Amino acid sequence: MVDQSAVGREFMPVTARIEPGRLRFFLDTLGENNPLYRDAATATGAGYAAPPVPPTYLFCLEMMDAAVPFEFLTALNIDLARVLHGEQRFDFHAPVVVGDTLTFLPRVTGVSEKKGGAMTLVVIGTRVTNQNGVHVADLSRTVVIRNARPS
Amino acid sequence: MTPTIGERIVHKEFPPITRHRLALYCGASGDHNPIHVDLDFAKQAGFPDVFSHGMLVMAYLGQALTDAVPAPRLRSFSTRFVAITQLGAKLTCEGHVAELVDYNGERCAKLALTTRDQNGDVKLSGEAIVAL
Repeated sequence: MVDQSAVGREFMPVTARIEPGRLRFFLDTLGENNPLYRDAATATGAGYAAPPVPPTYLFCLEMMDAAVPFEFLTALNIDLARVLHGEQRFDFHAPVVVGDTLTFLPRVTGVSEKKGGAMTLVVIGTRVTNQNGVHVADLSRTVVIRNARPS
Repeated sequence: MTPTIGERIVHKEFPPITRHRLALYCGASGDHNPIHVDLDFAKQAGFPDVFSHGMLVMAYLGQALTDAVPAPRLRSFSTRFVAITQLGAKLTCEGHVAELVDYNGERCAKLALTTRDQNGDVKLSGEAIVAL
């Protein structure tokens, strides 16, 4: 079982480039038709160098380009089948646009127990920087581990 | 322009969640957790069926949000995944102005966000900080 000793543990950095084709696949999947995300002229008119990514796409990029998918789960010996997403937070500090190359640095920022040990909450904080070293965003993901067998 | 406390500024409805959408999202998002697309795996894990990625629902909420407020003004966006979103769920995303706040020295509105299904059950509850 994951405990406080995991706090501070870091995982492999992930490097991800914002590619227009796979971003379009994401937009199409969501029926996202906001021209800001699709049209270069609209994006530059709004002050961006190129179309920006939708707010939750940073979470996807970190997963998409991870050398080891769900590394934090295997590293902490957590069964994927017992995990639910509890909370997610994004703090945006600077624009992220098509063509950027981002580096994600994930680490464990918290571990707590709920419902008398039936659930463990693990918080993973990820710092995101771009190709110029600009700190563009912070992500915080809380996963819920169901320790007890569901009835 | 100063928004009014309690004013609803975000509102968008989405088509029902299908297995096909979950399969597409699996590929488009890079989240390949089989629990959302593989019925055998979901049953083995104790669930009656596959269910939506929480992040698909949050992506819909984000879409509703940046339809209503300019994306460059978004400072933070957070949600709690209150309940599992089932297949067939027809989601409605809403956001109300909760309060006006100073956030890192900037005048902002805090929006209270919810995503509900067709039965009115809350699936996501969250907030966004938007610069005025």
